[in-house]
Order: sequence, then C-alpha cells, then structure tokens
Amino acid sequence: MADATQIDTRGAWGPGFWLKFAATGLVLAVIVPALNRGVSPNWFIAVPDYIVPLLGKYLCYAILALSLDLIWGYAGILSLGQGAFFALGGYCMGMYLMRQIGTRGVYQNPVLPDFMVFLQYKELPWFWYGFDHFAWALLMIVLVPGLLAFVFGWLAFRSRVSGVYLSIITQAMTYALLLAFFRNDMGFGGNNGLTDYKDIIGWDVHSPGTRLGLYIASVVGLGAAYLLCRYITRSKLGRVLMALRDAESRVRFLGYSATNAKLLVFTVSAVLAGIAGALYVPQVGIINPSEFSPGNSIEIAIWVSVGGRGTLVGAAIGAVLVNLAKSWLTAVQPESWLFLVSWLHGSAHDAGEWLIRGIFRAENWQFILGALFIGMTLLFPQGIVGLAHRFHWLRWRGRAAPPPVDDKPIAAEEQA
Amino acid sequence: MAARMFRLAALALLLIAAALPARADEYSALVAALGSDSFADKEKAIVGLGNLGDARAVPILQALNDDRLRTGPNGEVLIVAPDDPAKLTDAVTGKPVTGLAPDSISRIIVNNRLRGRIEAALGGLSLFSPDRTTRLNAARDALKHPSAESAERLKKALAGETDPEIRAAMQEGLFAAQLLNGSKEEQIAAIHGLADYTDPQVKNLLDEYAAKPDLDPELKKAAEAAIASIDGRLRMVGAVANLFQGLSLGSVLLLAAIGLAITFGVMGVINMAHGEMIMIGAYAAYVVQQLFRTFLPPGWIDGYLVVAVPVAFLFAGLLGVILERGLIRFLYGRPLETLLATWGVSLILQQVVRAIFGSPNKEVSNPSWMTGGFDPVGGFTVTWNRLYIIVFCFVVLGALALILNRTTFGLQMRAVTQNREMARAMGIRTARIDALTFGLGSGIAGMAGVALSQIGNVSPNLGQIYIVDSFLVVVFGGVGNLLGTLVGALSLGIVNKLLEPVAGAILGKIVVLVAIILFIQRRPRGLFALKGRTAEG
Repeated sequence: MADATQIDTRGAWGPGFWLKFAATGLVLAVIVPALNRGVSPNWFIAVPDYIVPLLGKYLCYAILALSLDLIWGYAGILSLGQGAFFALGGYCMGMYLMRQIGTRGVYQNPVLPDFMVFLQYKELPWFWYGFDHFAWALLMIVLVPGLLAFVFGWLAFRSRVSGVYLSIITQAMTYALLLAFFRNDMGFGGNNGLTDYKDIIGWDVHSPGTRLGLYIASVVGLGAAYLLCRYITRSKLGRVLMALRDAESRVRFLGYSATNAKLLVFTVSAVLAGIAGALYVPQVGIINPSEFSPGNSIEIAIWVSVGGRGTLVGAAIGAVLVNLAKSWLTAVQPESWLFLVSWLHGSAHDAGEWLIRGIFRAENWQFILGALFIGMTLLFPQGIVGLAHRFHWLRWRGRAAPPPVDDKPIAAEEQA
Repeated sequence: MAARMFRLAALALLLIAAALPARADEYSALVAALGSDSFADKEKAIVGLGNLGDARAVPILQALNDDRLRTGPNGEVLIVAPDDPAKLTDAVTGKPVTGLAPDSISRIIVNNRLRGRIEAALGGLSLFSPDRTTRLNAARDALKHPSAESAERLKKALAGETDPEIRAAMQEGLFAAQLLNGSKEEQIAAIHGLADYTDPQVKNLLDEYAAKPDLDPELKKAAEAAIASIDGRLRMVGAVANLFQGLSLGSVLLLAAIGLAITFGVMGVINMAHGEMIMIGAYAAYVVQQLFRTFLPPGWIDGYLVVAVPVAFLFAGLLGVILERGLIRFLYGRPLETLLATWGVSLILQQVVRAIFGSPNKEVSNPSWMTGGFDPVGGFTVTWNRLYIIVFCFVVLGALALILNRTTFGLQMRAVTQNREMARAMGIRTARIDALTFGLGSGIAGMAGVALSQIGNVSPNLGQIYIVDSFLVVVFGGVGNLLGTLVGALSLGIVNKLLEPVAGAILGKIVVLVAIILFIQRRPRGLFALKGRTAEG
C-alpha cells in the first residue's frame, strides 16, 4: 500500500510533462481557434462558430472537475456543494454583465437591471455596488466563493467533520443557497436568474470574436488551474493531504495540522470553482438558481469518478467526455444514426431501428447517466485514466501502477 | 282586467285567512300576492314570505328571482321548471298544471329593488331550510351581516332548531345582531356571550364595536374585557395549531428518515436511492387504488390503504434486497462511492417510473375515513389524514424498536453492526443479515411513500423532495440511533413551522438548514452520539 501511494516527484516537472502540457495547450489554444477563423467554413475540418462556446463550456466544467478532484481525489473531502462555489462565481460575473447592459435593457434604466425595475426596486442594493467595474467583479469572483469556503471549512474541519457527514452538510449548504437564490427579494433575479447580457469589457458577448476570446480564456484558465493543482498535489502539502485521506488520525499524531491543510486546499478548490463559473456564464449567457441544485453537484463527482479520481487529468477528461456524451445524446436526432441499420433486413432491421431510436432519445439521458455511475464505480473504480494505465502497464512492464483511490484503506485497518 | 280580478281574489283570500288555520293560509295568500300588479304589494308579499320562516317559499322566491314565475288565467301563481319552459307547477299546491293556452299566462315582473328583497328573504329563509348544510351556512352568514331583522329571524329559528352545531352558530349570530342593534341590556348580555367565542370574526366585530365614539363607558369596558379574553384564547389556539402542523411535518420527516436511519445509521450505507424507495411506495399505493377501483365493488375502495401498506413494504423491501445483493455489497467500506452508485440507481428508478406512469402527477385519493377533520378547540381544524399519519409514524417507529430489541433478527442485526467479524465468528450469516436489514430500511421507506401519497401528489420526483431533509434528520439526530431520529425529525418539523409565521416558509427553511450546519460543527456526531467503540465505526 505504502509503495503504491508513493509519488514520483522527480518526473513531475520534467521535460516529458512540459512537452505533453504544451502539446495539449497548442491543440486547444491555437489549432482550434485557427480552424475556426483561419479556414473556409465549408471545409470539413473547420470548427463552426456555434461549437466554440460549447467547447468553452466543457472547458469550464473541466476546471470545475479539477477543483473537486483536488479535494476529493487527494484530500478525501467529497464536497457535494462544489456547484455552489461555481454558481457564486457565475453570479458575480453575471452581476458585472448585468451592470454593463445599462440603458439597453427593456426598461432602459441606466442603473437598475430589468428585473429590479420589474420587481419595483427603488435603488441598487448595496451588494451590487462596484459591480460596474470589471476589476471589482474579478475580485469578488475570487473572494466570495473563497470566503464562504474558508468560513464553512474552518467551522467543519476544526470540529473534525469528515467523510459522509461533510458531504451531507455541503449538500445542505448548496440546498440552502438554492432556496435563497430562488427568492425574488434576495436581489439576484429570483427564479429567472441573470441573463440578456450585452457586452463584456466593451466587446459584444454574442460576436464570434468575443466568444473565441472567452474560449481561449477558458483554455488558459484550465491550463493555469491544472498547473496549480499539480503543484499543490506534488508538493509536501499534497503528500500531507494524501496521508490525511488515507489515515487521518495517524497524521494528526505525527503532529501535522489536519485543519489547516484541509482548509487551505478546500478554499483553493472553491476559488477555482468560482473562476470556472465566471468563465462559464458569459459563454452560456445565463446564470440561474438551478446551478445550486444538489443534483448538479453530484454530477460533478460523477465526471471526476468517470475520468479517474485522484489523477487531475482524469477529472478534466471525465468532465469533457461526460458532457460531450450528454450534448450528443440529447441533441442528435435518431434519424442520423439509422444509416447504421440500413443494410440489415427484415426483423433485424426493425430491432436495430428500435434500439437506435431508444438510445438516442433525450429522456434516456438519465438512464445512461445512471448506468454510467453504477458501471464506473463497480467495474472501473479508477476511471478512464486508471483503465489507460492498466493497459499501459500490460504493454510496458515496470511502469508504476496508478495510485489506488480507496476511501479508507488504512483507516479501516486501524479501527478493525 | 284579469289583474284587478286577481287583486280582489287576493284580498278575499287574506280575509278568509283570518278564519282558517293561520299559518298555512297566510302562506298561500302571500304567494298569491306575488302575482299582484303593484310592485309595493309584491314587495310586501316577499318580505312577508321571508319573515314567515316557511321553507316552502324558497323555490318560489328562487323562481321569481330567476324570472320563472308566471300568473295563470285565474290569477294562480305558476312556477316554470328551470330545465323545461313548457312544464308548469302550481306554486301553492306544487301540482303540475297542464293544458293552459300560452297567451293566458303572463310573466311576473321584478325590478332591482325587489331582487334585493328577494335575496334578503331567501337569506332569512335558508335558516329554516330542511337541508342541514344550508341552515348551517345561513347561520354562519348571519354573523357576517348582523341586523335587527336578522335578530328576530334568528330568535325564531333558534326556537325550532335541534342540531347543536347550528344552534351554536345561530346563537353567535344572534349575539352579534343584538350587540349592534339591541337595547343596552341586550348589548351587555351579547358582549358576555361573545367573550366565550374563539373566533377572529367575533374579535373584529367587538373591535369595531369598542371603537365606536359615542359608546357607553360601561359597555366599552365590558367589550374591551371580552376582546382581551378572546385574544388570549386566539393566541393559544395559534400556538396549538403551529404545534400540530409542526408535529405533522415532523412525523412526515420521521417516516422518510426512519428507513434511512437503518440503512445509513445502522449499516453506514449512504443510499441516495432512498428517496426513490419512498416514491415507489407512493406509486404502489396508486396501483393498489387503481386495482381496487377496477376489479372490486365500489364499497371496498375505502379499504385499499390497508392493502397498500403491506404491498408497498414488500415491494420496496424486495427492491432494497435486490439493490443490496446486486450493487451495494460490492461497495462496503467505500461510502463515497456507494453514494455515487446509488445516485445512479435513483436516476434510473425515476426514469423507469416516468416511462411506466408518465411524468404528470398521479392522484391518490384519501379513503373516506381519512377525509375531513374536526375542530377540537375552535379556530383550527385537525385533518384526519395528518392525524393518521402521525399515529402511523409512531406505530412504525414502535414496531421497528420491537424488531430491533426483541427479535432474533434484531439481535443479529445489532451484533453485525457492532462487530461484523465477531458476529460472523459466532455463526451469524452476515451477508443475509445485511440484505435483510437493507430490505427492512427500504420497506419502511415504501410505507412512508404510502403515507406521503395521502397528503400530496405522487410524481417521479417525490423522493427528491425528501432526500436532503431526511439525511439532515439522521445526521442531526445522531447516526445509528432511533431515538435521535425521532427527536431530530420532530424538532426540525416543529422549529420549521414555528419559524414560518415569523420568517416566511422559504426563509424559515434556510434558517433551519444553516442552524443544522452550525449545529453539526458543534456536535459532529449529532444530538445523541453513540459512545464508546461503536462510535468509531
């Protein structure tokens, strides 16, 4: 067990890593934009304009998944309220974007957003002050989720709330926020949330150029978030976190402060989630309270678990793949897949058509998602990355096996 | 010409009336006078019929109001049937009249002034109606519009009334009428009488009365004393009502959480599909109801609930056993992964139910013995369905406590919880106990679903509504401990309902959630934490 958890720090920042990192960055930040702008739209490899914000959305989800993997995969904190930090960051960005609308709104009020005029607000609530400045919005995107996570984490970790208890109270936190943001008199647009944005730092949010810019910002954000997470997990702190994950009491007895280590990483993770939310909102054009729903937060855990918990890369891959599959299965018409069965005859054709029509139906998404959760946890607990490692290991013997990610391997032994 | 003849006839009838048994003939004379040409005579007749207090006048006045009253060739008053204009009946005798030439019949015309009189008369007459509900409503109506005439009518009606509930309502209306229109003695008596009621309407009435500028000081003092005594009782009733509603919410939470207290509390398994077990129980109630409606005689429908409870228990329990054997047993010791996998199960179960029954809400109706309610202190109603759910919830809890503490299965279950290895060494088949325990928890969730189907709609999302709350109840009360679940659920329910009038429903709920989060910081293992070795498991 101890051997397997050992981290190969020598290779962590070696040229091999930077090569892979740069290659991925090149594909995402240079080649995709080039295929969007530089080539004729009729060419089959061209990336159409409507795809760009969609890709940007997936990248934001990837940052969010990274933030959860940092605390769940490495510190054993399964936050079921990660979506709350994401939504708070999103709301901060949304407030900035609302203030940018100015007199172009339906009611043409230079100060109050439309929903406030509609709800008969006389003046701007105090917490909206400053959001007309981009710098203030950026500060809040970091501060609001960070501060909430700091206070919440301080209360929780200080009194050693851990494991499923922590999961349940984080869920209660996001549920309470969901209820609060649904209220009209909270001053955040209630049920409808914030939408109808016009521009961001002077650029039209709907223009393809701005969208490409936001996409590139998401790529940069993902890269930076990944480097930060990698730095934390490969540092001494990272080792303490993993030790806490596997045997908390033992680490405490060795004299480490579990509270401080967990609090730090929990706050960093919340800030990352907030940044992901802030990048997400201008690309999808809306933020509303449903982002706080407990189901959303659980879905984030699924992305991480599908990709491979405790691997960072896996979390990002899982987020992109699951969401890709989701958009694909819900948006693609069954007709476009019927060609698959066109060469079959008789009852085989009918059965094939029935199967394809059955799979490609929007309402079946829940079945697939559910089966994915069950299948991944039962069959591939180490996710896609774990699976890839295993095949890797089969081909080139001698490579390190993926780190195990059991919830309480040593803790269980200690208590038995 | 015919009209003059008729008026003479009417007068003659009035004269004859003196010589005959008074009531009956006064009645027929007044009815005949309705056919008069003069609006003044018609008005007198209408008011007279109203004061007579004879229920037979109701359909006639109704017909007059609806423009369905006619005079025949001999001045007799005829009623046209509401559904068939050709069908005529004699207003006094009620016998059908046929063979009249259409031009020999003329309409009895009413104006707005008369319509007002008709309504007042009808209102007064309904105090004498043979129908109990109509009388009760009329008596309650009298409280809202007290007047001097209504006092007279109420006195008369009270004399002939036997039903205690209607008598009480009439008495209340009479006091109100006397308060506003009576002599000083009557007013004092009315104030004293009204002081015993616990009714916001009475309080408003007295408030208005006491605020009158030229009120006798003695009367004012009496009225204020009465208001104070009503206020005190209203506050108490309000508190009792809140308590009952809190108890009702708490019992619903308790039912939803008991099953979880077993699977999560005793076995340490986070079953996110627990809510779906509740939902499936509710659908089981729906299916049993439909089967009863389709295949059994209509009289049996009231019994469907008795069948639905065990059916839901067995079905959800079986599903729980399958879930444990097929999925959860592979994940023991990995609580966070169990959470994810069972969340997957919950998505699939919701979708399956949606595919079978469709997304719209299904309606499960209360059996007749669970509809309605009663009013224990006046001012708020205890509904039967909520009361039965409270009782049911405690029965389930008691039965569960018995199973845990008095049966072999319960003993083995506790042994496995406390020390799995040792229990296995002692010859307990732990795998079988695990499956049965999980089945028991799920079965109880199924029964909770039957109870929930009685107070709300049944939809595929039903379980999602309760899952966050039930986890909080278990964590708040202390894991692995039924008493904690009981105290946790009831206190959450009551605190929620007590906060509601102060903070509003949603804000109250948020306050409770935040309070629980803070509470768990103080006591990470809940209200009633297990002590000793088992606490570490």
